[in-house]
Amino acid sequence: MEPIIEIKNLTHIYSPNTPFQQTALDGIDLTVYRGEYLGIIGRTGSGKSTLIQHLNGLMKPTAGQILFEGQDIWSSKALTHSIRFQVGLVFQYPEYQLFEETVYKDIAYGPKNMKLEEAEIDRRVRRAAAFAGLSDEVLQRSPFELSGGQKRRVAIAGVIAMEPKVLILDEPTAGLDPAGSASILANIEAYRKANNATVIVVSHSMEDVARITDRLVVVSHGTLPYVGTPREVFSHGEELEKLGLAVPTMNRVFSRVRAMGVDIDPAVYTVEQAKAAFLEAYRRREGV
Amino acid sequence: MALKDVTLGQYFPGNSLIHRLDPRSKLIFTVLYIMVIFLCKNLVSYGLVLAVLLILIGISGVKPKVFLKGMKPVVFIVAFTAILNLFYTDGTIIWSLGFLKITQEGVWKAFFMVLRILMLISATLLLTYTTSPILLTSGLERLLRPLKKVNFPVHELAMMMNIALRFIPTLIQETDKIISAQKARGADFDSGNLMQKAKALIPILIPLFISSFRRAEELAIAMECRCYHGDEGRTSLRQLTMHGRDWGFLLFTLVLTAGVCVLRFFGL
Repeated sequence: MEPIIEIKNLTHIYSPNTPFQQTALDGIDLTVYRGEYLGIIGRTGSGKSTLIQHLNGLMKPTAGQILFEGQDIWSSKALTHSIRFQVGLVFQYPEYQLFEETVYKDIAYGPKNMKLEEAEIDRRVRRAAAFAGLSDEVLQRSPFELSGGQKRRVAIAGVIAMEPKVLILDEPTAGLDPAGSASILANIEAYRKANNATVIVVSHSMEDVARITDRLVVVSHGTLPYVGTPREVFSHGEELEKLGLAVPTMNRVFSRVRAMGVDIDPAVYTVEQAKAAFLEAYRRREGV
Repeated sequence: MALKDVTLGQYFPGNSLIHRLDPRSKLIFTVLYIMVIFLCKNLVSYGLVLAVLLILIGISGVKPKVFLKGMKPVVFIVAFTAILNLFYTDGTIIWSLGFLKITQEGVWKAFFMVLRILMLISATLLLTYTTSPILLTSGLERLLRPLKKVNFPVHELAMMMNIALRFIPTLIQETDKIISAQKARGADFDSGNLMQKAKALIPILIPLFISSFRRAEELAIAMECRCYHGDEGRTSLRQLTMHGRDWGFLLFTLVLTAGVCVLRFFGL
């Protein structure tokens, strides 16, 4: 697989050389690949938000490098600015950042900052709105008269309209009902498939993230103790719980069962996997 | 981000004598002290007033560095005042170049003006650094209570001040977040002419206004849910009490004021 973002020995210290000095990231190495679906999980304050703000150049590393397609994003001012369009970042509760008179204009804000032509902006806005599940009728309304879920879609469309190669979303489903969450995650997946884009989703809830991502990164105290497929990461169920992460219920059940001395696969995180693992263990025991 | 460095009016918790003083005595001291600064005329009185301030800062345990940081926003005004006084005071000329001249009187005047402004700010910073905003406003409310007789809304004013102070850090955080979010969409706040720069602020100001209104509404509902109905019959959790140290401090304040008045009378 082709790397798109390479993080090399990234360290970030807040308020260095003051009594408030705090190391948020401590020598992190990570490679993100083109087209992959990456999940970042960690507790509040673990450094995950700091990490993602480095990926599009909003924060400058205290030490270390961020390479985008092989180039250091801080090597020139123009490059740092252009990275913002290639690595789209949707913050937590993005609906509070809407400001334009109409949904259309708000979505067009990013493309306009890219200095694109009128026709291209129009194409992008309509395409982004379609990806975010917004109808044409909504485009001419004021963003402030929409429902919370709709506003979130407008904000996500505002970033998708820049057609970034990497789309990062910080807790995109926070505060939404299950149906709304599933629908937004499906929209994001549709964008990824259509553009062969990389998607990075940040969450503190593993249950959703484990199901949809190819690879998981665990952030804890500014380091990355576990990186791998969800199965690999969840084989460390007990350690994850010690780090204060809410691991999926099935994973917790299986860790306990294994601790009781039953020979069973501990890297389980969905009900379907649990069923398969139980049946397999049962067959083995019965000697079928 | 520069917004995080705002220290103006920030409270530094502590347990020094100054921290423990009743907010009312500190408020009275600050008001009288500012008056006293303007009564000072010469080296002796300035020296006395400055010494008092330095001793109080010493007792408060707040680091002098913090005070210097708090003065950053006024550096320009101080420099401006100094230059104006330095060049535009008549008297014995000690240096001149064309239409520019510096007089002996000008040097002294500039020096005293700068000292005056710095002491003024330090004194108010000392008050806000050592008194929590809640205590400060309740102290103010108590001091202004007599004004209620003439239908002045003292309680409402104090409550508004309290809420405003409480929300400053929240709004700073919020602004930081909105700036980051709009930057992520390619917003550019640094280039372009003045008009373009002003226009670039719209994507920050509008979300900020909207969230302020939303917060205000939520807060109003939350307060009403807890039966807030204004001043009538309202009691407070922590009653302010004047201790011996407060009376002592007030006495000291009065003596200082009287002393400086006497010094002024003798032209010192």
